[in-house]
Amino acid sequence: MTDAAPRNTGSSWRTLARAGRFLGMPLLLAASLAATVAVHPDFGSFEIQSLALGALPLALAAAAQAIVVISGGIDLSIGSMIAVSNVLSASLMHHADFRQSLALSILVLVAGAGQGLLNGLVVAFSRIPDVVATLTTGFIWGGVALLILERPGGGAPAAYLNIGAGADFWPWLPNALVMMIVAIAAIWLPIRLSRIGLLIYAAGSDPVAAFRSGVNVMQARTIAYVFSGIACAFGGMALTMTTGIGAPLAGAYYTLSSVAAVVIGGVSLAGGRGGMVGPVIAALLLTLAPMVLVFLGIDPNYGQVIQGTLIVLVVMIAGFFAFLQERK
Amino acid sequence: MNEAPPLLHIRGVAKTFGAVRALRSADLEVRAGEAHALMGANGAGKSTLVKIITGVFPADAGEMTLAGQPAAFRSPAEARRAGIVSVYQDPAIVPDLTVAQNMRLARVSSDKVKAAMRDLGVERVDLKTVARDVDFALLRLIDLARALASDPRILMLDEITAALPADLSERVFKVVRDFRSRGASVIFISHRMAEIAMLCDRATVLRDGITVGVTPTKGAEETIVNLMLGSDVAKATTAPAARPARPETAHEAPALEVKDLAYGHALHGVSFRVNRGEVLGVAALEGQGQEELFDCIAGVRRADAGEVRAEGRVLKLRHPADAIRAGLVLVPANRLVSLLPQRSVQENVALAAFGRLRSWGPIAMGEERRRVDMAVRKLQIDTRAAAEVRRLSGGNMQKVVIARWIAAGFKTLLCFDPTRGIDMGAKKQIYALMREIADQGLSVLLFTSELPEIRLACDRAIVLFGGQISGEMPAAEADEARLLRAAHGLTRAEAAAALA
Amino acid sequence: MSAVLGFLRGHTIYALILLLAVFVIGVEIVRPGTVTPLWASNTILFAAPLAIMAGGQTLVMLTGGIDLSVASVATGAAYLLATNASAGSATAIGLALLVGVIVGLINGIGVALLRVQPLVMTLGTGLMTGGVLIVYSQHMMASQPHVPDIIQTLGAGRVFGLVPIDLFLWLIIAALILFGLQRTGFGRLLYAVGDNREACHLAGVRVWRVLFANYVLCAILAAIAGLVVVGGTNAADLSLADSYLLPSVACVVIGGTSIFGGRGGYAGTIVGALILTVLTGLLTLLDVSEPIKQILYGAIILSLAAAYARLTE
Repeated sequence: MTDAAPRNTGSSWRTLARAGRFLGMPLLLAASLAATVAVHPDFGSFEIQSLALGALPLALAAAAQAIVVISGGIDLSIGSMIAVSNVLSASLMHHADFRQSLALSILVLVAGAGQGLLNGLVVAFSRIPDVVATLTTGFIWGGVALLILERPGGGAPAAYLNIGAGADFWPWLPNALVMMIVAIAAIWLPIRLSRIGLLIYAAGSDPVAAFRSGVNVMQARTIAYVFSGIACAFGGMALTMTTGIGAPLAGAYYTLSSVAAVVIGGVSLAGGRGGMVGPVIAALLLTLAPMVLVFLGIDPNYGQVIQGTLIVLVVMIAGFFAFLQERK
Repeated sequence: MNEAPPLLHIRGVAKTFGAVRALRSADLEVRAGEAHALMGANGAGKSTLVKIITGVFPADAGEMTLAGQPAAFRSPAEARRAGIVSVYQDPAIVPDLTVAQNMRLARVSSDKVKAAMRDLGVERVDLKTVARDVDFALLRLIDLARALASDPRILMLDEITAALPADLSERVFKVVRDFRSRGASVIFISHRMAEIAMLCDRATVLRDGITVGVTPTKGAEETIVNLMLGSDVAKATTAPAARPARPETAHEAPALEVKDLAYGHALHGVSFRVNRGEVLGVAALEGQGQEELFDCIAGVRRADAGEVRAEGRVLKLRHPADAIRAGLVLVPANRLVSLLPQRSVQENVALAAFGRLRSWGPIAMGEERRRVDMAVRKLQIDTRAAAEVRRLSGGNMQKVVIARWIAAGFKTLLCFDPTRGIDMGAKKQIYALMREIADQGLSVLLFTSELPEIRLACDRAIVLFGGQISGEMPAAEADEARLLRAAHGLTRAEAAAALA
Repeated sequence: MSAVLGFLRGHTIYALILLLAVFVIGVEIVRPGTVTPLWASNTILFAAPLAIMAGGQTLVMLTGGIDLSVASVATGAAYLLATNASAGSATAIGLALLVGVIVGLINGIGVALLRVQPLVMTLGTGLMTGGVLIVYSQHMMASQPHVPDIIQTLGAGRVFGLVPIDLFLWLIIAALILFGLQRTGFGRLLYAVGDNREACHLAGVRVWRVLFANYVLCAILAAIAGLVVVGGTNAADLSLADSYLLPSVACVVIGGTSIFGGRGGYAGTIVGALILTVLTGLLTLLDVSEPIKQILYGAIILSLAAAYARLTE
């Protein structure tokens, strides 16, 4: 039952909502940074650098999750895939020099794409729902990570580890941020600007209508998982850079946080809606929150509580507003 | 002209879904440049056949040839490449993409789409609009425009006119005729006999998944109906004599009284009453506020102003449960909305018994079975596929929704277009049931989109136009002409003036 | 062959029991003489907490939801029990169950009232619960945690040295769930809400009440499962029940409950829990490294779930 009435009044709402989608997250980030400076006046370019570096793996995890969620799925194996790339890079590059490490990075990316492909094929052909399928493949990738490196160790040449550190262009533009933007743009722009993006959005928005319009939905979703795997490989290497070692269990955090970043970043879990800017900024916010806690002198162990509470509150508030709008 | 092989030839196609045989042996022969009607009662297998032809799912058996060559498509994309395009009942338009992106999705040229949209009279739709924000009726036309733009050899239209207002339907017919005159074929599915006779050369009739006949459409309405029904049930179309209006019993409070009801832009001060033992018909063109009216009375939507009384008592309607408690129960327009597709007939019929917290405990299974059986018998529901309601035909699904309220008990049945898209046998049973309900002293508020039904089933009728009541009359006087005048907001005087 | 498949399609529970038998035979082949009454007793002992947790998961998945906080709730319940044992068993058990009630209430508010997707909501509350536990553990360093005797008996004790005590708890819970789903209004509503929420609304059902009660119930069952687990291990740590998350979902799915709701039941979940427990035992017998075990376990779950999806389609 469509009503004609809200259609007219709705257009101004929609304009506002659209503006909110584009500007909301950047404004929220700016406000959060301002608040951080307020509680900790020493917050400067160095802290910005460590924020960007710290957020790098999560931002890539969020990008990986966003692609899959837009295509209508969800990937609960992201943490394990990041762990695999982390231990793979740390064990391969342990005794390599800088140039070899860069070459090995490509190998890690290919491995990531392979994992993503397997995820996609399992989802496409097994007819197991995404949640269950990726929860299980995540378990398998976890095993693979342990197989590669049983306990934390390995490493990479210092030059490689330092790619993301510092700020070569401008003190307020950390290398890590540049890397984040370049890596995500390298994954996302080819998707967004090509027919693939159209297919991925269509498959996520309404798979039946997309299929009937001539879209190969399973293929589109599989492609989304492949790109997600590549983003995870970047994320795993970023984790190697930030921690200096490979740790088979380090990835667990990223599964939950990537879902959180995607939800906070305005990507609809129903699929077909949202973009990449929101989740990436949400990743920065989720990294900033524990930093602020440290500045405030609060036990950093509260970090996980805060993050969990933050996710719960954000989704509950969003739900509350949707509820109100429905009542109206 | 029979020498040339038919453009599309289908023989013995069968399809089984789980326990249900949707198609047993379907044959279809479509010639080049022909408009061919595919007809049959609900559940006869028309939509299944369309989906097999376009590769939505594969057939279990049978063969298909396209221009003499064997063909089988694994997806709509493959069928499209071979020149077969379908406009399905629900538009194949992706809601989160813009109209233009939807066109790109199907790889059709935007110039051709624009031309087709111009022909259909929908060129004012902005291609940059997100499809979610476009009206349903317009979406179907956009879908049609996209199908036309891909220059198919065979265009299939599944109930294309179902949700369209009359003027847009005319446009569609014109476009389809032009399309045909270019030598392409059309397969046309519709329940409306008039459209078939006007548009199509021949008709293939399906019954229970089997092709039972092929006939030219000219003057063959009776033949087609008989083929569809397969027996003398066809006589259901002849109207019983209109009944005299019930005398109003002034001393008792009416079963349902609505006063000055207002809802957004849809309803403005609607007032009427339904007496005990009365069937009150509501007639209206598409979108005159009838859906909002029924929803407000049933507690599905909250009215902005006005009051609803049941047996004299003012109701506070915040949830359907409030209306149900007062005896006002809704049979909504779309039956799928109120069914549990994967559950049994019994669970569907019994559902309304569990509205209250105190019913969360153990179920008296014997009592439940007795009530359900009573309702199922009363409505003559075909229980062969009773384990899952989604396996039932449309008519039987509709009966399950009504049976739920028969089993639960009610005082006024709010019945919204219960006969839309169901076969004539089921229609006749539903009319008879309305009558029986009223004879028991209960009441019915009945909206129907088929105006002749008002005289068949109601005691009295009101007409809605622009969210207000534009006419009220006893059923005996509610002939189509009078209803239509009121439904267009014309009073008798205005109509006379307009005609003169 | 096709007749057999047809029969199994109509009676999937037999297919599952057949599968269980195959796994048991597999165990016997890998190491002859393993399958003894004591082995069966052990299998049930380990399957019980999983099946109890998966019982809650079944209820939630029947409504089309999922609860990813069950593992954290179980851990939390176990940890609270162990750290408060000195206050008396009854108090400790009460506190442990309270963890379930609180997390269940939060999940209920989010999912039922505010209509948050269950996946996100329970992921968040799971994270939150885990975080609270970390903070709590920092403050609890001083006291010496131990598991009350009664819980140890529940989690590890046997009658006549053979029948595990937790079997009795499991039987009671299973009977309640099976009866509840088949023969109570609440059970009907779980299926109904999972199948079509809108239809329930139109039929006068206040859907939020059903979901709310359901998430609380699921979390309480998870807390009970946590108690059984900690009774078996006799030591509570902060990752005690983490390994139960995947199996709790997997045995429901293998057991034939649709993750989209409206279809399935607890009987399948019971067999699913037994299958996964036997599978774990089988992998232990295989004498391979832990990572390989993990990979095999996941791969077998995937193939079982896929086979099931094909069978029932």
